[in-house]
Amino acid sequence: MNERPELLHIEGLNVSFPVLGGAIHAVKDFGMRIRPGKVTALVGESGSGKSALGRAVMGIETKIARITGCAMFNDHATGENLDLIKLPRDGRKIRAIRGGRIGMIFQEPMTSFSPIHTVGNQIEETLRIHKPLSVSERRESCEEMLKLVGFEEPQRVFDMYPFELSGGMRQRAMIAMALICRPALLIADEPTTALDVTIQAQILKLLQELQSQLGMAMLLITHDLGVVASMADEVVVMYRGEVMEAGTASDIFRHPQHPYTQGLMAAVPDFDRPRSERLKPLREIQVDTAGLMDKRKSEKVLPEVVLSVQHVSKSFATKQSGNFGFGATQKTIAVNDVSFDIMRGETLGLVGESGCGKTTLSKLLMRGLKADQGEVIYNGEAGPIDVLGARGDALQDLHTKIQMVFQDPVSSLSPRMTVRNIVREPLDIHKRGDRKKRQAIIRKLIHAVGLPDSALVRYPHSFSGGQRQRIGIARSLALGPDLLILDEPVSALDVSIQAQILNLMKDLKSELGLTYLFISHNLAVVNYMADRVAVMYAGRIVEIGSCETIMRQPVHPYTKKLLAAVPLPNLDHKLDFNTAGVSSASARKIWGKQFLEDRAAGDLTHIDLGNGHMVLARSNVDARELVP
Amino acid sequence: MLRYILWRIMVMIPTLVMISLLIFTIIELPPGDYFESYVEQLKAIGEKADMQEIEDLRARYGFDKSEPVRYLNWVSGMVTGDFGYSFEYRMPVTDVVGDRVWLTILVSTVTIIVTWLLAFPIGVYSATHQYSWGDYGLTLLGLIGLAVPNFVLALVLMYFANIWFGTSIGHLMDQQYLSEPMSWAKVKSILEHIWIPVIIIGTAGTAGMVRRLRANLLDELNKQYVMTARAKGLHPFRVLVKYPLRMSLNFFISDIGSILPAVISGAEITAVVLSLETTGPMLIRALQSQDMYLAGSFLMFLSFLTVIGVLISDIALALFDPRIRLRGGRTR
Repeated sequence: MNERPELLHIEGLNVSFPVLGGAIHAVKDFGMRIRPGKVTALVGESGSGKSALGRAVMGIETKIARITGCAMFNDHATGENLDLIKLPRDGRKIRAIRGGRIGMIFQEPMTSFSPIHTVGNQIEETLRIHKPLSVSERRESCEEMLKLVGFEEPQRVFDMYPFELSGGMRQRAMIAMALICRPALLIADEPTTALDVTIQAQILKLLQELQSQLGMAMLLITHDLGVVASMADEVVVMYRGEVMEAGTASDIFRHPQHPYTQGLMAAVPDFDRPRSERLKPLREIQVDTAGLMDKRKSEKVLPEVVLSVQHVSKSFATKQSGNFGFGATQKTIAVNDVSFDIMRGETLGLVGESGCGKTTLSKLLMRGLKADQGEVIYNGEAGPIDVLGARGDALQDLHTKIQMVFQDPVSSLSPRMTVRNIVREPLDIHKRGDRKKRQAIIRKLIHAVGLPDSALVRYPHSFSGGQRQRIGIARSLALGPDLLILDEPVSALDVSIQAQILNLMKDLKSELGLTYLFISHNLAVVNYMADRVAVMYAGRIVEIGSCETIMRQPVHPYTKKLLAAVPLPNLDHKLDFNTAGVSSASARKIWGKQFLEDRAAGDLTHIDLGNGHMVLARSNVDARELVP
Repeated sequence: MLRYILWRIMVMIPTLVMISLLIFTIIELPPGDYFESYVEQLKAIGEKADMQEIEDLRARYGFDKSEPVRYLNWVSGMVTGDFGYSFEYRMPVTDVVGDRVWLTILVSTVTIIVTWLLAFPIGVYSATHQYSWGDYGLTLLGLIGLAVPNFVLALVLMYFANIWFGTSIGHLMDQQYLSEPMSWAKVKSILEHIWIPVIIIGTAGTAGMVRRLRANLLDELNKQYVMTARAKGLHPFRVLVKYPLRMSLNFFISDIGSILPAVISGAEITAVVLSLETTGPMLIRALQSQDMYLAGSFLMFLSFLTVIGVLISDIALALFDPRIRLRGGRTR
């Protein structure tokens, strides 16, 4: 079994942080091994100590941390066998290993680079530290590496600043920086969590290619079992700083022994399970909606359509950079002639990769931005309201009926307000009831999302991401809305918390008779939540239909690609990197010609395939040609 | 970039016109003018004023004309380099200010340099050793420096300097050198005197700067890119200097805007207490006696320096931080 000695052998590792009156034990008596040239995945929820472990191995944990145990690093290149934990902090030995023999990439590609140094400068720095090369050799080596991670113009990228690159591109540059010295081990700490599924597939593909090409080992730290199934050779499951279960990928996925591992698996939405089957989060929330909103069983028969969006467009003027705002302005079309209806009581899923215009569309509906053209009609008890043109009282009324839940649970709650004030603010603004009544409503709201009374006096920072998202949901329900716009409500959350929040939103919807517009880039999540799905690409809706149809018989090539990019925790359905791992722009070149714009054949229109299934294609194409 | 600078210089013109209007109005607001208060003063000490001479002066400087005309006279004079005539000193404003300006610049420049030399190491130490005894001690010292008014510190230092060193500490040099040309003895005398005002004026500035540098640097030290740089194997000191320290300097550059006028005006109150030969006490005196040309021109000069300083710091920020230079803002 042990044909080659282990590259990294961790044993009895403890990491603790002293706090007032005790210590937080982030990692407890931890042991694992990493074999050369293999991918080992370290799986756990946020707060399980997996990142602290990575940092401890690199010796870059904060000074106050107490680290004991041993991590033997057996480097074939130098023949040395060193205990990384025992090396002097920031001494020459450990610094030579950092960046030189062990590379590391982090979760947040946005903040991992210094914004005021060029990409090239920061990548080259690693070489400067570890290799005696001349300036031109270094530059050559950097450009070669940048090419390897998929930049088409490495010379240009070398002199660019990080903020000029998109998130996925930055993560590529980050990988180039970590691998420039060809390390024996790469520690990837949640490398794709901040990226949407299509970019994630590209980055995972890149990591896998480089890993086999350079023959390095990889420690993949993640909470996403789907990513693990597609990438890992061996898996270690971690919970509260301890190893729950370890083994090869097939052992863990086919015969999970530990109940925690089984729980994690059950929490991931999966296409293969029936949609009606409820996800099983590790910790379920009890929803208590008693007395909250008068469940609106109004006698009036309300119109079927809650929100009707007709031909809405929005473009941004992008200024050319580098001229202090004096450059020519260019127009970027963010939302291009979008039309759809949302039916009362349904969940409409809106999917697409980042930058496709989903969020712009939601802002238009909330009147956060002004649309260039189009019409949006909201049908409520008080008759139809023109959403884009409403003013004064009509607009105020509208704001009580359409509410929003945001993606980032950290920045969407003011850190200077208590939960009570956060949830009360909408009531104050719309002058609902008196002080006493407001207090009663707030308590009911907070119970509805499964938080205790004691939460009211605390500040957002003392809650976890999932709890914060629940506070955001409570706030959005305060005014008794009809329609909730959920903008990527779970993409910042762990899989287990994600299941919890998804279930909560499902329960609230059925108990309170809400209608959802559910925006996400993850089709597996949308599959679990939505009744109908609209797929958006480059500002246009390319396909819309019932959830069943979109998931089982997608017609548009972009929908198929999105479906392929969802990592599933199933060894039989690993990511197909040939389909999912290419960028959408280059994938577009291989779309069937019936889906591409062509001047001779006229503009693209939505072709009805029956049962409300529409797909964007050339107007002269017969519907029968499209259905496979 | 060049277009941007040109555009900014164009914008300065209306700004300065607005400021000149404001200064003129405020100086004109109190009833009467310099001559009235001069006559009052003479009466108070029981002397007779030569009314004929005063009427002549009034006519010569256009004080019998309406306000808009006087404003135009003043402004057009300044544009051509004529800053008017100080009635108090009975000589052109340029001559009155001339001598003092150089001494003021000397005191202020030395103060600023000392402030930087002290604040930088202390701020960096405080941030990198947060919550250590050193950090607490320096913070306490800094808070005391911020809290004690400058003139109190001036009085205390004057007293002790006199007792311990036997030197009379007021003024910037021994009085015998005051109107003499520059000589080694004069330079020595200045150096002997200058450290007192520098310490007094510098303490609050140093303390404030340490606080800001510490806060800015602490924000940056927790950023992800610091971790990235350490994971590369960079020496911790190089990490500190290249990334977080440089990032935390933006506030420092924006400060340049306010430094320029401070260099010229000197710390007025401290200067009065120490009877320094700087411009501060002169400005206060001119405002009290409604010496319109002296006060107005001086204030105008300070405003001009402020506007220039802001321009310089904006350009420096853009050169220093590519985010400001390159990010073309999206419009709604």
